[in-house]
Amino acid sequence: MGTTASQLGKDLLSEYQELTFLTKQEILLAHKRFTELLTKDEKDLPNTRVPAERILTLPELKSNPFRKRICHVFSTSEQKDGSLTFEDFLDLLSAFSDSATLEIKSHYAFRIFDFDDDGTLDCGDLEKLVNCLTGETDETRLTTEEMRQLINNILEESDIDKDGTVNLSEFQHVISRSPDFVSSFKIVL
Amino acid sequence: EREREGEREREREREEREREGEGEGERGEREREGERGRERERERERGREGEREREREREGEGERGREREGEREREREREREGERERGREGERERGREREGEKERGREKERGREREGEREREREIERERERERESEESEVRPESLSPEELEMLKEAVYERKKLVQGLRGKPWPMKEKLVTLRESQEFVEKYEGALGKGKGRKIYAYKVMMSKKWMKFQRDFENFKTACIPWEMKIKEIESHFGSSVASYFIFLRWMYGINMILFCLTFGLVMVPEALMGRPYGTIPRKTVPRAEAASAMDFAVLWDFGGYAQYSVLFYGYYNNQRAIGWLKFRMPLSYFLVGVGTVAYSYMVVIRTMARNANESGVGDDNSFNFSWKMFTSWDYLIGNPETADNKFASITTSFKEAILEEQESCKDDNIHLTRFLRVLANFLVLCCLAGSGYLIYFVVRRSQKFALEGLETHTWWERNEVNMVMSLLGMFCPMLFDVISALENYHPRVALQWQLGRIFALFLGNLYTFIIALMDEINLKREEEKIIKFNITMWEASLYNATGSENSTALPVTFHPADVPRGPCWETMVGQEFVRLIISDTMTTYITLLIGDFLRAVLVRFLNYCWCWDLEAGFPSYSEFDVSGNVLGLIFNQGMIWMGAFYAPCLPALNVLRLHVSMYLQCWAVMCCNVPQERVFKASGSNNFYMAMLLVILFLSTLPAIYTIVTIPPSFDCGPFSGKKRMFDVIQETLESDFPAWFSKVFSYASNPGLVLPFILLMVLAIYYLQSTSKSYKEANVDLKKKLQTVPETRLSFFSHLAPLLLLLCAFGYTGIKFAV
Repeated sequence: MGTTASQLGKDLLSEYQELTFLTKQEILLAHKRFTELLTKDEKDLPNTRVPAERILTLPELKSNPFRKRICHVFSTSEQKDGSLTFEDFLDLLSAFSDSATLEIKSHYAFRIFDFDDDGTLDCGDLEKLVNCLTGETDETRLTTEEMRQLINNILEESDIDKDGTVNLSEFQHVISRSPDFVSSFKIVL
Repeated sequence: EREREGEREREREREEREREGEGEGERGEREREGERGRERERERERGREGEREREREREGEGERGREREGEREREREREREGERERGREGERERGREREGEKERGREKERGREREGEREREREIERERERERESEESEVRPESLSPEELEMLKEAVYERKKLVQGLRGKPWPMKEKLVTLRESQEFVEKYEGALGKGKGRKIYAYKVMMSKKWMKFQRDFENFKTACIPWEMKIKEIESHFGSSVASYFIFLRWMYGINMILFCLTFGLVMVPEALMGRPYGTIPRKTVPRAEAASAMDFAVLWDFGGYAQYSVLFYGYYNNQRAIGWLKFRMPLSYFLVGVGTVAYSYMVVIRTMARNANESGVGDDNSFNFSWKMFTSWDYLIGNPETADNKFASITTSFKEAILEEQESCKDDNIHLTRFLRVLANFLVLCCLAGSGYLIYFVVRRSQKFALEGLETHTWWERNEVNMVMSLLGMFCPMLFDVISALENYHPRVALQWQLGRIFALFLGNLYTFIIALMDEINLKREEEKIIKFNITMWEASLYNATGSENSTALPVTFHPADVPRGPCWETMVGQEFVRLIISDTMTTYITLLIGDFLRAVLVRFLNYCWCWDLEAGFPSYSEFDVSGNVLGLIFNQGMIWMGAFYAPCLPALNVLRLHVSMYLQCWAVMCCNVPQERVFKASGSNNFYMAMLLVILFLSTLPAIYTIVTIPPSFDCGPFSGKKRMFDVIQETLESDFPAWFSKVFSYASNPGLVLPFILLMVLAIYYLQSTSKSYKEANVDLKKKLQTVPETRLSFFSHLAPLLLLLCAFGYTGIKFAV
């Protein structure tokens, strides 16, 4: 298993095509971009893991406020450091591709927004989410009062069972009604 | 209940594992014991399992664990249900299958609990050992009864379904690869075995064909995505400007596709046959430039105006001959012309409605406004943005929209000075109506003036006077929207509402202009028909004079030789209509491009270079760089297409012209956007979904085919030009074809079918069906609301069941409602 230095085997390529929503050209392009991130000696090893800092230099991810969470969610490393192998990278691209289904997009969106990885979106997660969306500088942040109001409104709309958190089913219910979600939750190399 | 189910499931797993440990023979024995014995054991196990379950819960897996189990449960449920249906006879087979699946299930469980890869590898080895064991004692396929074969086939089929669904599962790639490879091994092993039974050749052939078909499908999908043009350009625009600006270019590309198909239809079935197989230029009067115009027929000015040689060519209606069948293929030209005209409209309807249906399905019920804040939170970030400047803009716009939404929520009760706002709004609407009426009158006036000019002879007037109509229409289209923008400052609406009003007004403006233009055109048509009667009279006189001149010797019919260019020609109103539309499209295109160059490019150049020597900061202050006006451009595109649909019947060259125009537009606008525009500061879409523009397109399609249909049905065609000359009505060609080309019984059936006695009950039936579907959708809506209420009032203890199942039910109801609503 694993990718060899410069070429993807034909069998592996067709298996990846079977298992992701990407076309053959997209997989080959992903492979090319991924190997550009590797150093000279890493290129010879199969199944290398690229640390998160290097992944975050990709232009598609550089300006994204959720870039660190994305790397964390798709990473299968034991140290939970956000490093990605090529297969993790393909998983990422497949979930963000144009032909991915709503279910898989909403599943991963939920995991990305769940900052503390506890399976629900509680007030802390929502607050961090809003802070990510409003940018880093102080003048763009919301005041505490506005934040509280906002989170109350959101919980009022989405929390159906009134337990103070948004779980996966409630999240998927909200997202499935949104007309913009599928078209904005896209990353294309 | 579900937990008990899960326990039972886990018991069966333990059971299988135990069974294996005891070896082959005992496995057979155990099976023969029967269900009851297993149940007893299961009860014993249940106690142990319950404890283990509680332990795991206490460890604190959390909701996610339970949910993942739930998912797995559902999967296993599905698989189990398929198995339960089969009888007990194939149990040995099922047992082996279940083992494999349960092993994988157990593997996934442990993977999620993150015990580590080593465990998984140990499991894989253990499984491989077990498979090897099972291989040794494999049952010969010939010894299986047909029912067992069937069950095996079903197992293989289910495994294949699992493989197909793998890409939609949110597992890491490693697990998916493992599952894929094992399933493929299983399928190959048993497919090979199955192939040795009865009917093996057919089965093997079917298997091979289905594999080839899947490979072909996958290659075709790859090829199709590689064929999509301009993908890189659009991606660049997306990363710089976000998805709303890119949506205009995606729409442009889609329109290009439609126009390509329309072009192929008109070119291949109308223009080419007439050019190749019809009578060549100069043989009959309608195909020749009249003697009077022959001197100027090649001038560029005349050609640019689509007169001269351009008028007497396949580009326009008047050139076509009314011969019923032409060439050695016996191509039915008039029939083809008529059917292509109908076909273009039908194809357009089909494509627009199909796209609307697809959008409605994907995006759910788009007009639900109850999730404003949640959507702003979860869906407002555009992941396609790859440019830091755009990202900063996006941050700012999101913050603004949050703050505004919060303010609105707070101030929704406040209502200061409503009378003043109401008065101002009424005043604004009155002003807008005045504008619209004024522009309509202006167009009518200009068209009548141009008729007067035409009667006096076009050469005596300046260029402006000759092209007045088109210039006035284009200029109105450019300046009135700005006027509306200024007037809407009076109204004090929320920006999104203001945008919708603006779009509505521009829509009304364009529509009004178009229809005024058409009414003026109708007047001209009537004028031409009057002229026609006079010309007909003149022709009889002229023919009589010819006969007199050459036939004084003989009284029998003589071959009268005359040059086609000399025959007095009727005023072909259809060609005139076609020419008007072509001129309109050309001037519209020119206006758009010139506005683009001056408004965007020149402005950007001025701001950039004058900034060095100007008193205030041009880039941040007054002119600054322009933003890309998505909605204005989309409207322009939609109206352009409406004009094409209107004129395509009378000028078969219009789709070709439009293809060229869209091609150039794509490159020009892509360049202009990247070079001269800045990303929008506030992103307000007119409506969230793409369906708004599709709905407008549908309305325009309907409204633009109405005039064409009216003229086809009511006005008799010209007597000497076009494929329908000589008939009383254009659609008589259908009647003629039915009578002469089809067997007799066909026309009888057709006449029965078009009997009012049959058509009226059919219409009644359709009305009843619509009423029924409407009431069903209403009842689904009410059920939806009820379920939602129930979900909110359910006490907390039963919540774990509801919180998983009921949202699913809600989703199902919502989809059902959407489907019905759409069908209505």
